Amino acid sequence: MTDLGSAPIPPPGEDDHVRGPRDGRTLIVYADFECPFCAVLHEHLLALDARIVFRHFPVRSSHPRAWPAACAAEAAARQDRFWEMHDALFADAARLEDPHLWEHARTLGLDLDRFDTDRRSDAVRERVKRDFRAGVRGGIVTTPAVFELCDGAPVAIARAELIGDAGR
Amino acid sequence: MIEAGAPVPKFALRRGDDSDFTAADLEGQTSVLVFYPFAFSPVCTDQLNLYQEVLDEFTAQGATLYGISCDATYSQTAFAKQLGVTIEQLSDFEPKGEACRAFGVLHPGGFPQRALVIVGPDKVVRWSYQAASPGDLPGANLIFDALAA
Repeated sequence: MTDLGSAPIPPPGEDDHVRGPRDGRTLIVYADFECPFCAVLHEHLLALDARIVFRHFPVRSSHPRAWPAACAAEAAARQDRFWEMHDALFADAARLEDPHLWEHARTLGLDLDRFDTDRRSDAVRERVKRDFRAGVRGGIVTTPAVFELCDGAPVAIARAELIGDAGR
Repeated sequence: MIEAGAPVPKFALRRGDDSDFTAADLEGQTSVLVFYPFAFSPVCTDQLNLYQEVLDEFTAQGATLYGISCDATYSQTAFAKQLGVTIEQLSDFEPKGEACRAFGVLHPGGFPQRALVIVGPDKVVRWSYQAASPGDLPGANLIFDALAA
């Protein structure tokens, strides 16, 4: 996959969503919240002692609610609750309609009016698109796509290495 | 397969409305011919979904995409409808594979190789690419790079 990339996958930056210990493996994950394989990967990543960088790669004709879900996660990020929303979306990936997104926001204690304004904003859409564009430039063709940071440079790793037979 | 600098061969494909699509339809526009093996197959599904996601950006660069397979028009139409893909589908069903053969992308198994061909407004091939195997999905970045070259 990376052999056909036009540009390197960007290393983690200040604007990325990052969690996990700094002294272990760093994995960069391109995923969408409606992708069942991404949800499986998410469960495996939770069990890893690794630093995770999440980037959006929603493809709407595959997953019509992937874009609204990605924008919901970014709107939550604007209230410092990205990872909580990320986990909530993957935990309930079959329910991604607007009422479900509002329910998650309410459960997380977000300012609902602000959440709803933000998730529909151009700035949030552009933030999601930025991840997507970088993934396309890097040659990503489907989700999930995982890269490990090796000497500061992201290197593609096979999903099977992380999720075994659960990968397609 | 056909290479950059070659004029497009004579061919006839079938549109969803049952009309013919020939080399004359390529004149005056930049066209991206997306040859794919089978409607409804997993990799072809991912490929069309991905290209659809960035279709606006292809359009902004003045390119028109066409999906081409040896499936019947009814199958192609159902495939595109199921995916919600608006990339026009062209059928090489009868005589089966003749257009693919003309472009040099007919797989010995009787289906298109996974291949991309960019044709300029003058009906001359600007760029072509064939995946190492039909199971490999060429990223949209390859098309963007070729359009920008």
